[in-house]
Amino acid sequence: MISLNQVVKRYPGGYEALKQVSLEIAAGEMVCVTGPSGAGKSTLLKLLAAVEKPTSGSVIVSGQNVARLRPRAIPYFRRVFGLIFQDQKLLFDRSVFDNVALPLQIQGYEPREAAKRVRAALDKVGLLARDKAYPIALSGGEQQRLCIARAIVHRPAILIADEPTGNLDAEYAAELGTLFRSFHRVGVTVIVATHDEQLAARLQPRHVRLAGGVVTEAAS
Amino acid sequence: MKAWLAHHLRAFKGTWLRFGRAPFATLFNIVVIGIALALPVALYTFIYNVQSWAQHLPADPQITLFLTRDASRTDVADIERRLKQRADVKKAVYVSRDQALEELKRSTGLTDVLQGLEQNPLPDAFVVEAKDATAAALEPLRGELAQWPKVERAQLDSVWAKRLEAVLRTARIGVFALATLLAFALVAVTFNTIRLQILTQRADIEVAQLFGATDAFIRRPFLYDGAFLGALGGLAGCGLVAATLVLLNRELAPLSDLYGVLVGVRPVAWPDLLAVLALATLLGWLGAWLSVGRHLASGVTR
Repeated sequence: MISLNQVVKRYPGGYEALKQVSLEIAAGEMVCVTGPSGAGKSTLLKLLAAVEKPTSGSVIVSGQNVARLRPRAIPYFRRVFGLIFQDQKLLFDRSVFDNVALPLQIQGYEPREAAKRVRAALDKVGLLARDKAYPIALSGGEQQRLCIARAIVHRPAILIADEPTGNLDAEYAAELGTLFRSFHRVGVTVIVATHDEQLAARLQPRHVRLAGGVVTEAAS
Repeated sequence: MKAWLAHHLRAFKGTWLRFGRAPFATLFNIVVIGIALALPVALYTFIYNVQSWAQHLPADPQITLFLTRDASRTDVADIERRLKQRADVKKAVYVSRDQALEELKRSTGLTDVLQGLEQNPLPDAFVVEAKDATAAALEPLRGELAQWPKVERAQLDSVWAKRLEAVLRTARIGVFALATLLAFALVAVTFNTIRLQILTQRADIEVAQLFGATDAFIRRPFLYDGAFLGALGGLAGCGLVAATLVLLNRELAPLSDLYGVLVGVRPVAWPDLLAVLALATLLGWLGAWLSVGRHLASGVTR
């Protein structure tokens, strides 16, 4: 489903975040990308969702080469993914409900159908009672769960999470692991970048270790 | 179709929400656009009034022959006969001095003043219409008639009307040029307003793009903002001109009473006002379109 072939990503200024990375991820797999900061984890995830383009090499997702996507096709391509960002990217001038509804609005869901799905997603992460609250009123753990609700509301085939436990205590991290496993069980391809060894252990995923822009270990 | 409607409805509501959130900034923007538009609209109104007033003037050029004060009845009859004999004269109407005085009383309302006169100061006159109404033919005819005995003066009436028309034509071109310049100003104002709007909503745009929003989706709310700004600015501009007309007409009202004729400035016709509003809306939309287009072209997530 996802195939990276000798991918190089060089940022302006000459910094090479990824050097010759090759990787295969099958549909429905649960993959954990680990490694120290600056290893290229975030870059790898950005390449998958066409947020960045590879400098060379090919990134193929569902048969489409990300590097060759026409600009007009990119928005539709991205709808396959559910994205959870390291810096969350919640919109603080919108309610919890409206934050989660955004992906559905973008994809042109009918309002009533959208509302149903938003409530289902909020229920899944245990935030249904807080749908009218604003993100600022939520705790760190709740905010993270809100991000997850937003990422899964349109039922993406691939869920990508960048450091989802970054600023959470252990208890919330455990909760998160349970959530990710439940998505994995229903057939979603889950790719998580983390340096949280506990989370990685709990997910029981296939491990991909990155260090200095190269894959050092890709055990399953 | 339903989704499309929902998109537009949301954009429409969003625009009012954003306007409501920054009422002063919005108001000032509208006033700026309004003033920019009021200028050409006011000038156009002025031209429109002068023009519609000029339309009541005789369009066909006429030559008025003023006879000398000592012209007798036989002189008048003589001149009338000679005029009727000429092949290049289409029509010649005799206006006696008494008739002219009556006419003057009727059209100006200066009855009291005129009744105070000891004698009629007006001369007898002929109004002559030529067969060939071009200026090239009229001028020699006028010259010739002026040489006749007992003719004091021959005057080509419509020349100044023609001049007025030429002046108006030039003025209209001036208004058009001014309107074009101010149209650019309107686009620039909305461009900048929307640019600021975009900057404050950078995060929203980025997130929307990451979740697969098309350029059209990003653009839509801003286009609504621009179009509304333009439309409201247009309304403000027309409102400014209308208010000015009301004030002006109030000042002119005593004049009307004094002179017994209706003096007043009329507003331009409805279709013209609607055209101004439509144009303002379109220009606002265009400014927004350019603004968002520029932002999207420089986007990081592309």
